[in-house]
Formats: sequence, C-alpha cells, structure tokens
Amino acid sequence: MADPAVLKQLRETLRGLETGGFRRRPSLPFGIEALDSRLADGGLRLDALHEVAAGTSDMADDCAATLFLAGIAARAWGPVLWVVRRRDLFAPGLAQSGLDPKRLIYAEAKDDAELLAVMEEGLRHRGLGAVIGEARRADMTATRRLQLAAEGGRTIALLMKRAAREGSDPISPPSAAVTRWRVASAPSTKLPVEGVGRGRWKLELARQKGGEGFEITVEACDATGRCALPPAMAHRKAVASGSARRRAA
Amino acid sequence: MGAPLVTSLRNGSRIEIAAACPAAQALGLRPGMAVTQARAQVRGLDVRPADPEGDLAALKRLAILAARRWSPVVALSDTDGLFLDITGTAHLFGGEAAMARRIVRLLARAGFTARIAIADTPGAAWALARYHGHCICPPGEQAAALAVLPTPALRIDEAAVELLKRLGVDRIGELSMLPRAPLTRRFGGATVLRLDQALGRIAEPLDPVIPPESIAVQQRFAEPIASAEAIEHWLGTLTPRLAAALEAEGLGVQALECVAERIDGVPQRIRIGLARPNRDPAHLLRLLKRRIEDVEPGYGIDAITLHVRRAGLLGPEPVVERLDEEAAPDLATLVDTLATRIGLGAMWRMQPVESDVPERSEARAPVLDPPARPAQRGKRDDVRQLDRNPPLPPWHPGWPRPARLLRRPERLDHVIAELPDQPPRRFTWRGQPHRVIHADGPERIQGEWWKRDAERMSVRDYFRVEDEAGRRYWLFRAGDGERPATGDLSWYLHGVFG
Repeated sequence: MADPAVLKQLRETLRGLETGGFRRRPSLPFGIEALDSRLADGGLRLDALHEVAAGTSDMADDCAATLFLAGIAARAWGPVLWVVRRRDLFAPGLAQSGLDPKRLIYAEAKDDAELLAVMEEGLRHRGLGAVIGEARRADMTATRRLQLAAEGGRTIALLMKRAAREGSDPISPPSAAVTRWRVASAPSTKLPVEGVGRGRWKLELARQKGGEGFEITVEACDATGRCALPPAMAHRKAVASGSARRRAA
Repeated sequence: MGAPLVTSLRNGSRIEIAAACPAAQALGLRPGMAVTQARAQVRGLDVRPADPEGDLAALKRLAILAARRWSPVVALSDTDGLFLDITGTAHLFGGEAAMARRIVRLLARAGFTARIAIADTPGAAWALARYHGHCICPPGEQAAALAVLPTPALRIDEAAVELLKRLGVDRIGELSMLPRAPLTRRFGGATVLRLDQALGRIAEPLDPVIPPESIAVQQRFAEPIASAEAIEHWLGTLTPRLAAALEAEGLGVQALECVAERIDGVPQRIRIGLARPNRDPAHLLRLLKRRIEDVEPGYGIDAITLHVRRAGLLGPEPVVERLDEEAAPDLATLVDTLATRIGLGAMWRMQPVESDVPERSEARAPVLDPPARPAQRGKRDDVRQLDRNPPLPPWHPGWPRPARLLRRPERLDHVIAELPDQPPRRFTWRGQPHRVIHADGPERIQGEWWKRDAERMSVRDYFRVEDEAGRRYWLFRAGDGERPATGDLSWYLHGVFG
C-alpha cells in the first residue's frame, strides 16, 4: 500500500492540473455532516456533472431518484431546466420537494442525442441554476461534453440515467461525471399511529472523483428540498415501545 | 335585412347618433340626433357604440393600400375620405372613368360604399364627391361644376356659411362673383383661400401617407460563394447592418428569414423565430449559424438577404427596477436557442389549476410568460383587508402528491381490501405482487359535477401505500364502496412517490 501522504500530494497535483491553478469552486452541501464530510468537495460541485440512477428498474426507485434530483435543484439558485423524454413529471409532487413550479422550465427531447445537446445549451447559457436530463445512453464523449460545458459556470448539471437495456446497470459505463449516485427506496419506520411516515432512501455513492464511494440511508426531501438523517436508535426504541403499549391497551 | 342600425357617440352629457345606415336614414334618423329621440321614433332600433379610433385606423389602412396600388400620393381627407393624386397613373388603369369604376367595385367587394369624383383640384373633387356624387369633371371646368353647389362644399367653417346664408349667398357661383376685397375683409382669408384652392388659383399641397416598408438588408457577391465559412462571414457582416436598420425604427425582430439566392434560381431559406423582440447582432448570428447546414449552396450563391418578417417594438427598458436586488437572468436568448433546435412547442412551464382531480391540477403554460405582478393593495376600507392570511399556495402542501403521474391510471389485479374504506392488503401491478405494510387514506376526490355532467356521481378514494421494500404508490378505488353508481370498485395505480 502506498504512503497516504504521497497519495494526497499526487491528488492535489492532479486537481491543480485540471483547473489550471487553484480556484475556489462553489459547491452545494447537503447539510448533513455524515454525507458532506465524505464528499471530496464538501458537497456537490456546482460547476460539474453528477449522475443519478435508480437502484432497481422499479418505477418507485426511479421516482426516488427524481425527487433526489428535484431536491438538489430546489436548493440551487435560479431557474431550472428539466429536459424530459416522457411527460409524466407531476408538478405538485415536485413542488412538495421544494421545486417551485415558477422556477421550472420543461423541454422535451426526441432522443438522447437531442437531450444531451439541449442540456449543453442550458449549461452554456449561465442563467440557469440547474439543468436536469433523463437519458438512457450517454457515453464518455457525451458526458465529457456536458462536464466541459458546466465548468466555469455555476449551473449544476444533473443527469438521470436509466438502464439502456432491461437489467443492465446504468451507472457502470464509463462517464466523466464527478459523482455517480444510486438511489433506492428503503422501508420507513413504523409510526405510533396508522399511516405512512416520511420516505426513506438508500443512497449509494458508486463513484466520486477524488474520494471513496459509500452508502448511507437518509430520509426523503422535505418541502425545502433537504434530506435528513434517520432518527437515532434510542428514538426508534421509544417509537417501538409506544406501539407496544398501544397494542397492549 | 335586420333592424335599422345606428352608432352612438357621447357628446358631453348627450348621446348622439354618429352614423346611420340607409334604412335608418330612410326612417328620418340623422347623425347628430339624440339616441333617446331615435329610440322613441323607431321601434327595435339597433344601437351600437361608435369606434372613431378604429374607423380612423381602418381608413389609414385603406390609404396605405391605395398608396401601394393606385397612386403614390394618397392623403386622408377628414374622417371619411381619401385624396388620391392620380396625375400620370390613370392611364395604367385604362383611363379615369375605368379607374374610378374599378376602385368603386373593389371597395364594394370589401364592404364599403364609395363615391368618387375626379377634378383638377383636391377642393373641387372633395366638393363634387360629397355634394354631387359620381362625376368626372373635365379639365378646367371646375368653376362651372362648382357654381351650382352649396357653400359648405368649400370646406369653410359653419359660422361663415351661416353668415353667407344671411347675406343671401347660397351657391358657390354667387360667392365667386362677389368682389374680393370686401369678402376678405368680412370673412377673413380662410374663405377666399378655400375658394381659390377649389378653383385652382392657388395650389393645395397634400400630406401623403407613407406606407411602411419592410426592413431587409442584402449583400450581393461579385463571385458566387459556396462554402459554409463564407456564408457565415457574410452573415456576420449582415446582422450588424440589420441591427442598425432595426434600431433606427425602434424595432426588434421576431421572425427573420434569410434568403440565399442560388445561381440556378432556387432560393435557399432559413427561418428563425424569436421569443421576444431582439436586435442583438451576436444573438441573431448565433441562431442563423446553427442553421447554415440547411443551405445547399449548389453551384454557388449570388446574394444573401435578411428579411424581417415580423417585428415588435423594442424601446429602452429599465434594467433593474431596484438597486438592492439582482435582476433575474434573461432566459429569452436560451429559449430562442432551444426553440431553433427542438421547437417552441416542446418547451413549457406548468402552472397550477384549481382542481382537486390530479390530472387537471396542472396546465401547460408558455415558457416566457410575463412575470405575475404582486396584487395591488386594496383601498383602506376594503373588507378584504381584514383577511391577514397569506394567499393559499396553489397546491395543498399537506396532501402528498406523487413525483410522477401515469398518463392513464393502470388497472391493478388481485387486490385484497376490506370495504368500505380500508386500504388494500396486497395488489399486483405490471405483473409484480406487492404486500402493503403502511397505508394512508382514503382521500376522497369527487368528480367535478359543477363542470362536467358525466362526473355527477363519480368518486375516487385515493390511498398512499408503502410495500415491504419501502416503495410508495398512489392507488385509488373507483367508487365510495357504498353506492354502486359512484364506481365499480376497481382499483387503479395513478402515481408513484419517491
């Protein structure tokens, strides 16, 4: 195993080469210490491309990834361009994740090539806070183009990847994205009363530039687009005992 | 033939007839009469408000049409007539009589009743058209033709006409025989001037309307060009010229057409549209450059012309209204760029609609909507001032809504649920079984019976359910579980939460 100090130095040199010197890069933190501390930039870099995919091919996981993106875009500044392939996004649901309909512009692309071109236009415009796209196929060249278009601005590029074929992993092909996430739904804790609690996601950072991947379970976005850590173990026990009392009564 | 028609115009405190149709005039209604009197005289009179500005605008449009078709000098006379200087143009239409017939016929087809008089002077033509009817006065004969007409035909003011009448002068012929010096002393210069103008002793200049010309800039080439670089270079020199031409008019282009004329006579066209009026040469060039590959140069291009097909007013605008807030970024350029690529129909915004039925609660809106103005504060004694609550959000934040809504609800199979209002225990969607762990509901949504009669009875009971893997779905059951008329108790999946 190499000396960690040497590795760190090499990494800094690489980073310096990429940016052509030292430059402060704006990033968008999640506001969750356990998440931000493990990200190389202390959050999602605003001038970069990030990929998100659903954990499984089920539509519920697809929607979890959708809301994860909507939450990030909601916390970014300014108008948001969402390039879609199908017209099934439901604006009231996105508004409940913090994405105001007044900020959101939809564009529909006929195929993946057009979708990536529209995303690139949006990134180069510099007047948008976030550009989101839903693509099936985006190879290294295409993602590299998006990454280059995003650099130097403060428009966060978010690419939602869907499986090109049934059963294939959308994250595994090579890509120039800075972070690559996989989002899946997870069971929520039981409430002391009847009903459905706050949603919960299993976030998996499959790859990131200049850092390690990790897994974490978070609670779904609230009305301002912020995720949260699930309540601690002790709290959960109180809930369990509460329901036990109810059953006894 | 409908009821007699008059138009009404408010004159001070009195409402008068502005114009009357021939049927109304036959019944004795005249312009200037009080409308109340006219209503009393004629039963079932059709009274409509007059629109003087609209009439004037229509007359101006007609003048511009006449200036393009019949004669270069066309001027408005009063609110109901046009002067056409047909010197040197009548022979193009087969002589004066043929031209007059042709114009009358054309106007009749457009719905206008017209009278035309042709004379040496505008004054004589005016008088003959209004007080004589269709007539062509031979050259130099206007004194004889005017002699029998009444004095108002000279376009002199009413006071002078009244005074002349009291002096016993009713006809223009009698007026022209009076001695000039006392006439000028008694009536001022205007009456004599009008007389001289009508008889052709003094020239009367006309103030012609100028038809607007469409803006176009053109570049011709000594040698035909064929390469994309050359076209791009010349577009780069044409767009600043176009921008300068637009700026001189205070306009911005909304639809632009670039015509490249090929040697073999097959014009190559690029059309671009802009969401807002714009005359930024760099932006126009960027939009045109994107479409250069549509041009097939063939054996070469002789000339490139930029035609403005539609333009809008583009004046100076305040950049930032307040100094302490940042201006919203201008998205019009982005919208233009994307519209040339995917079309404006493929871009939209969603706006809330007040409807509880999920698929009707949002509606597509144009991308570049003018931003909504904050509501005006009402008067101090307005009752609504007592309501201190902020305006309700468009969609209720307390009722969870899915991230994606299926276009058509999908039927579920093998649903096990208790009646009347229990959530399902298990269901199968798209061939996959789900076991429900947590559920919320029902949220009952009634059909909009006040809008659609077919939904008078329909009811949907919505449930939010979570299965064993934490996946959340939005299901509904058609019907309230008690009355069969409300639905057939079948289950559907309508949306998916994240």
